Amino acid sequence: MAFLKDYISEVYQGVRSLLKGMKLTGYYFTHRKEIITQQYPDNRAEMKLAERFRGEVVMKHDEHNEHACTGCTACELACPNATIKIITKFDTTPEGKKKKALDTFIYHLELCTMCNLCIEACPTDAIKMAQSFEHSVTDRSKLTKKLNNPGSKIREGVE
Amino acid sequence: MFSIENITHSIDAWLNHALNPTMVVLVESLIVGISAITLFAVLGLVLVLMERKVSAYMQIRLGPNRVGPGGSMQTVADTLKLAMKEGLTPDGADGFLFNLAPYIVISVAMLILAPIAFAKGFQIWDINIGVLYVSAVSSLSVIGILMAGWASNNKYSLLGAMRSGAQIVSYELSAGLSILSMIVLTGSLRISDIVASQENGWWIFKGHIPAVISFIIFIIAVTAETNRAPFDLAEAESELTAGFHTEYSGMKFALFFLAEYVNIFIVCAIGATLFLGGWMPLHIGHWTGFNHVMDYIPSSLWFLGKTFVLIFLMMWFRWTFPRLRIDQLLNLEWKYLLPISMFNLLLMTLIAIKGWHF
Amino acid sequence: MIEEISTTEQGDLVVNLGPQHPSTHGVLHLVITLNGETIKKVEPHLGYIHRSIEKMCESLSYRQFIYVTSRMDYLSSHINNHGCALCVEKGLQIEIPPRARVIRVLMDELTRLASHQLWWGAMAMDVGALTPFFHAFREREAINEIMEETCGARLTMNYMVPGGVMIDLHPNFQRRTKEFITLFRSKIDEYDELVTDNVIFKSRMEGVGYLSREDAISYGCSGPTARASGVSCDIRKLAPYEVYGQLAFEEVIGTGGDCYARYLVRMQEMRQSLAIIEQLIDNIPEGEFQAKTKAVLKLPKGEFYSRVETARGEFGVYIVSEGGMTPYRIKFRSPGFSNLSALDHMARGHKIGDLVAIMGTLDLVIPDIDR
Repeated sequence: MAFLKDYISEVYQGVRSLLKGMKLTGYYFTHRKEIITQQYPDNRAEMKLAERFRGEVVMKHDEHNEHACTGCTACELACPNATIKIITKFDTTPEGKKKKALDTFIYHLELCTMCNLCIEACPTDAIKMAQSFEHSVTDRSKLTKKLNNPGSKIREGVE
Repeated sequence: MFSIENITHSIDAWLNHALNPTMVVLVESLIVGISAITLFAVLGLVLVLMERKVSAYMQIRLGPNRVGPGGSMQTVADTLKLAMKEGLTPDGADGFLFNLAPYIVISVAMLILAPIAFAKGFQIWDINIGVLYVSAVSSLSVIGILMAGWASNNKYSLLGAMRSGAQIVSYELSAGLSILSMIVLTGSLRISDIVASQENGWWIFKGHIPAVISFIIFIIAVTAETNRAPFDLAEAESELTAGFHTEYSGMKFALFFLAEYVNIFIVCAIGATLFLGGWMPLHIGHWTGFNHVMDYIPSSLWFLGKTFVLIFLMMWFRWTFPRLRIDQLLNLEWKYLLPISMFNLLLMTLIAIKGWHF
Repeated sequence: MIEEISTTEQGDLVVNLGPQHPSTHGVLHLVITLNGETIKKVEPHLGYIHRSIEKMCESLSYRQFIYVTSRMDYLSSHINNHGCALCVEKGLQIEIPPRARVIRVLMDELTRLASHQLWWGAMAMDVGALTPFFHAFREREAINEIMEETCGARLTMNYMVPGGVMIDLHPNFQRRTKEFITLFRSKIDEYDELVTDNVIFKSRMEGVGYLSREDAISYGCSGPTARASGVSCDIRKLAPYEVYGQLAFEEVIGTGGDCYARYLVRMQEMRQSLAIIEQLIDNIPEGEFQAKTKAVLKLPKGEFYSRVETARGEFGVYIVSEGGMTPYRIKFRSPGFSNLSALDHMARGHKIGDLVAIMGTLDLVIPDIDR
């Protein structure tokens, strides 16, 4: 008799646990408001990424097309996998002295791991992380970027 | 009132008027054959889409929603893709059996469509052993599955096919016994008789407790027979990649896929016929007013509604429960379902003899 | 190879599970010897995702090598980074400001929660229930958004530096974390309803993959795998680092030793992590988030070892320094490697479905094992 009682209670407990699970999925089936899917390509206009999101490295330029990079190569030394290559040139200051300045800031987007070490290392706060993440291109050479705009020069007073 | 019977009668009358009797039989067979295949195809499309949408809503996401309005053309696109895929036969596979297996599975599914009553007077073949025919023919699909597993020359497929064979054969018993307990109430194997006997109420209500137990056992058993979760270890995706149809691609895979969904429709249709009244509207005893109102809804709509409710129930099971292991599955059948269904059959016989049902 | 051939008898089937397989979490190649459906031997073949991380670290400076450990056990990326930062700080003998300590612990516990959530979803998926995976990811998304706001990345956050953390917490961090705590408290009960109490799930998990206490210790298992067999090995309790010594939380030890015990231990750990976050979130001290360090870090000559408790077990960082700017040798003691070695012992005599369940409860992340 005890065997029969165990048998029936086993069946009852089993069925009860199954029904509890079904109640949960049934709840989600009927409540469509719980769906959190974002329809990605359609919602690009409203999509806002966090301001600290690490998309890619860009150089800050102000309205006079001036940047703050002195060409000190601190970022190049800090980068773990040679993503940044700085080419410097020599500028003549108004006093006639030769000063090192930035010629080209080459940035290999295909190698970058977005680890943020270059931004941390920059003493003049010249580079920052942009929030773009759609980096796929059809031509790999497009992934090697020059970060300083053509015709831009360093801002006055930056050291 | 809209009724499919009127359409079939008018077509029949027109044909008889236009052609001689032999030609009429031939043309009618052709029409029935083509509509059966069309029904097959349409059912496959609708059920696959329903599965994807139902599973998506349960998983807090949207299903297919780009192809066609609300994603309705998704399965058409998928079928086109499958039709254009390369049907690869693996090296070392038994060519004849490999190609034959999907056709056997599909033919069995189509054969079972014959005795099902879709609406009032809309049955392909009202054979006097209707239910026995369905039960017998559905066990032939095991041959197709075993053939597919063996001929693939793949250890995974073989494992999957063996498991599936054991599973289907065992659960046939419970399904058969629960069907039998309903036949005890109706007294006839003929499907039109079964539906007609539910004129004053569906058997699941008239047969109270034993009918409800029968219904539960039936649902569990047919979920296992059609290889659906939680009994789907024949195609356990996370263990054996795809079980017995791993090596199939292209149109042959489409046939397996389609046959699985049509099987689901068929067993739910049988369940709806036996327990929920087939195409019979909801009648309560002798409340003629209520019954008359219920009759306004066409019988085909009743049938489809009931079948799709049962299909939804099976899909609900699939997306909620984890999978059972093969020994637990057989354990469930032989130690729980079979004793309970045998006991239930005795109970039902007692009730039928004493007349303790409504 | 030769040993393999001689132990297979007549009628044995040798099956390859992986390396591409839906349920080995990563590229793990298992060579299984089957007799019918019963497993006789499981042999893992590793190395499919070996990226020579330890060799690579020999050419990176002490600030630069930390980001690489995020890619090892990517589900506990903060905790791995934490371990490396601790080791470097041990060598440099610098003190971390209290605010940085608390931030580090908060991030660790959030990561542990995220890792366990993914584990839960993936394990339910392996066993056959496909729905919990999506439910788990919905909650994990909340943690990812918190991380994205503060650290800037969602999976491989390079946030810990020797001396503290890279940047201060975002002003929204406290509010969002509190919202997350209230959200998750209710959801974790839903998890129990959907999976834990389910009779099918229990019958798949109970009695499967038994690991005794002695075996757990001798195989070197750590983390929830060992704790479910009764071994007390939580480093947060045994050798507390940062502020763990002052927090009130329990070390969750189970006694079953089977899959269901490991499952329950992890579910309880999720609750404990929530408790820790709750204790800390209102008491973040003000102050510096990074100690002042030299621009170029040079560790003195010697060997340094530090260990942390990741979501999988004990993660150890061993640095051998010759006094230069780059380490001479770095060795990472990965928890997954030792846990995986117990798989053969646990899986013998079971079926393939059980093997999948056992691997699910071991919570393996293959890049962690292969480095």
